Amino acid sequence: MALFILRRIGVMLLTALCLTFIVFFMTTLYPNLEKLAKTQGNFRMSDEAVARYLEREGYLEPQIVGYGQWLGVLPGFRYENPETGEITGRCIDPQTPPEEAARYCGVLQGYWGFSTVFKEEAGEIIGKRLALTGKLAAAAFAVMIPLALIIGIIAGMREGSKADRGLSTFAIATSATPEYVSGVIFIAVFASSAFGLKWFKGSATSAMEDATFANFTLPVMTIALYGVGYIARMTRASMTEVMTAQYIRTARLKGVSFGNIVLKHALRNALIAPFTVIMLQFPYLLTGVVITETLFNYKGFGWTLVQAASNNDIDLLLGCSVVAVFVVLVTQLISDIGYVFLNPRIRIS
Amino acid sequence: MDPLTWTGMLGGVLNPIFFGLIALLAIALLATFILSFVAPAEGVEINPDGTLAMKPGLANTTGKITNLLFMALVVVVAIYPLSGVVTPYGTGGILGEIGARLTPVWIALAATFAISIPFKRKLGLYGKLFDSPIGMVGFALVMFWVFAAFFAAFDLILTHEPLSQVSGMKNKVPGTPLAGAPEGAYPHYLLGGDNLARDVFSRVIQGSQVVLIIAPAATLFAFMVGITLGLPAGYYGGRLDTVLSFIANLVLAFPVILLFFLLVTPEIREAGIDIGSYRWTIPTMMASLLFAFPIVFLVILWNSRYFTQPAKRNLFLAVTLVVGGWLYLGLAWDADPLGVVSVDPAILIVFVSVVFVNAPTVFRIVRGLVLDIKTRDYVAAGQTRGEGPWYIMLWEILPNARGPLIVDFCLRIGYTTILLGTLGFFGLGLSSESPDWGTTINAGRRLLSIFPHPAIAPALALMSLVLGLNLLADGLREESLKD
Repeated sequence: MALFILRRIGVMLLTALCLTFIVFFMTTLYPNLEKLAKTQGNFRMSDEAVARYLEREGYLEPQIVGYGQWLGVLPGFRYENPETGEITGRCIDPQTPPEEAARYCGVLQGYWGFSTVFKEEAGEIIGKRLALTGKLAAAAFAVMIPLALIIGIIAGMREGSKADRGLSTFAIATSATPEYVSGVIFIAVFASSAFGLKWFKGSATSAMEDATFANFTLPVMTIALYGVGYIARMTRASMTEVMTAQYIRTARLKGVSFGNIVLKHALRNALIAPFTVIMLQFPYLLTGVVITETLFNYKGFGWTLVQAASNNDIDLLLGCSVVAVFVVLVTQLISDIGYVFLNPRIRIS
Repeated sequence: MDPLTWTGMLGGVLNPIFFGLIALLAIALLATFILSFVAPAEGVEINPDGTLAMKPGLANTTGKITNLLFMALVVVVAIYPLSGVVTPYGTGGILGEIGARLTPVWIALAATFAISIPFKRKLGLYGKLFDSPIGMVGFALVMFWVFAAFFAAFDLILTHEPLSQVSGMKNKVPGTPLAGAPEGAYPHYLLGGDNLARDVFSRVIQGSQVVLIIAPAATLFAFMVGITLGLPAGYYGGRLDTVLSFIANLVLAFPVILLFFLLVTPEIREAGIDIGSYRWTIPTMMASLLFAFPIVFLVILWNSRYFTQPAKRNLFLAVTLVVGGWLYLGLAWDADPLGVVSVDPAILIVFVSVVFVNAPTVFRIVRGLVLDIKTRDYVAAGQTRGEGPWYIMLWEILPNARGPLIVDFCLRIGYTTILLGTLGFFGLGLSSESPDWGTTINAGRRLLSIFPHPAIAPALALMSLVLGLNLLADGLREESLKD
């Protein structure tokens, strides 16, 4: 077991390195750098001015070197101005003299770079925004998982019944409704003047400080709804399989009541498969969060990712992708370990 | 011209019936749901002669009533749009006129079902679809959009030019008459106007073309890539499998949305390697890699089967290479010698990234299926006969994996549609004038709380198509599991 986890963690680190390098490579392609230089300077910059800016900021080094500096395994970039002799660089704070600055400053040293859009350290921005998204995602999960499990269990305990048909169709319908469709419909129906039902607010900006029922319901429902269908269908499939098992029939023949069979005998085994599915749902939640935060103007992690990507804010985007990749890989790991742990057949052998 | 109401004059008669039926149905559904836990579906009755007989219980009766009410509701809902086909202009309101514009679609749908149902026993898996109500509903929804896109290409359904702006029609509500419409022009904006005063109805119909061309084609390419790589990975295993699986997991671990933001930008089309005066851009690189897979797949397919009959094989290979090579040059390199096939670079990068995102999942499914199927006896029999590994993979294993693959194909078209919508929603790739649903939703969401109709129409269209595909996949899965 320990070896399995170690190997998984090794593969995970390798994957994370590859992926962050791809992001670094894509963001530091020359046309992207040119766009960055022009948004930082002005849009009518000459090609020489662009090259000068990029050289001063250290973007013109080979990409692998730049990646090493970002990671913190190569010494940070330094630039000596040929006219003034002033030394600037990635690791050098304007206040402290260059001699005292650290040689290495990368992710390994805990420095995530500087956001060119927000003029703040990338690490701080991400931390702050992640907390906001955590609030949204936690609320969405708190709605999604109980709802999905209840739907799946009720549908799966009597396969082919009316309740099963109805709930299965509902589950299919929700998984056919991506966030940008359900969000648009929710806003139009519950928050627009056209339908007249102004129960909720169409913007969740105020929910960042103070989440209320009125401003937080729609974004939470939008995220939760798309995931409900998938988890419910998995739960249903797992439940129907368990309900046809021999030991359930034995329990029925012994005279155990239907409610007791579902709750005490079937449920525990039926929940093994949905657990892994729920874990693997986190990465999809990320896309949902990005769409929902953009739609409802909730300035969390997803919104930051969109801002960073559309402005080619390299350090911030790299930070966001580290978080995103980390979430994906850790949930995969937990799901694998959890599956082994929950399933006695694998655990004991 | 007067503005149209949603249901027109017909509404006076139909609306009370419609709402009455909805209320009754809701009560009946609730009663059935509750009774299904309380009262047994069947009661047992003891006859005077001592035998037992099953008697329908209370839950059964309410169930039957629910079914009847549901049927009645379906009929009423169908009358709304279909009435427009026969009644004079304006009687059926907006719904009636939309129905009237869609007349060719109704005829084509009715013809498809009328031809397919009598022969359903002879049509294999497609025919079995007509045994499953869910599958039929899904199929009807999908074919509705296929026919709508098809007839829109012949200028049959659109009421106005999707790009033409009419002054005074900005953000107008559905059913607004055109002010000072020229003679012969369609007199109303059926679903209103968007923020650039264009007809929402025509744009939604036109948008189905974009979606229905890109989504299935991209899914097909993703399947070609996934199958061509997944078969050897599962069959040979070992180091090849390790490497391919690692790459697949790498792509899968990449957050889709981040990948889109990195790949589908105007800047990426300028970046690349300079070869002389030609710049090999990143989209072209990816396209030239991904678009080669269908050709490779077909070449191996023909070669593994017909290598004992060189004449036949050479014919197949020649056709594949000439036609495939021609399309390949045109699509991937934009260098068609005849100048017929070419793709807009903006669409190419959208297409390529959607294929790129989908291929690893298909790879994993195919690999899993191969790992399961390769232990079967008929594979061992093929190996004993001395068949080549590619023959076994493509002509023994692949046909036996078709059930799950067809189901996944339907689901994946739906997922691709959602991905395309996501791209449009973030304004990536397709031009902002494009009528595709994602872009239209993105344009409409800015004024959502005041004028929701320009965003809702494409949102519902996208939802109905994906729902149709999901139901179709569900029906197919159910029917393919039966044998």
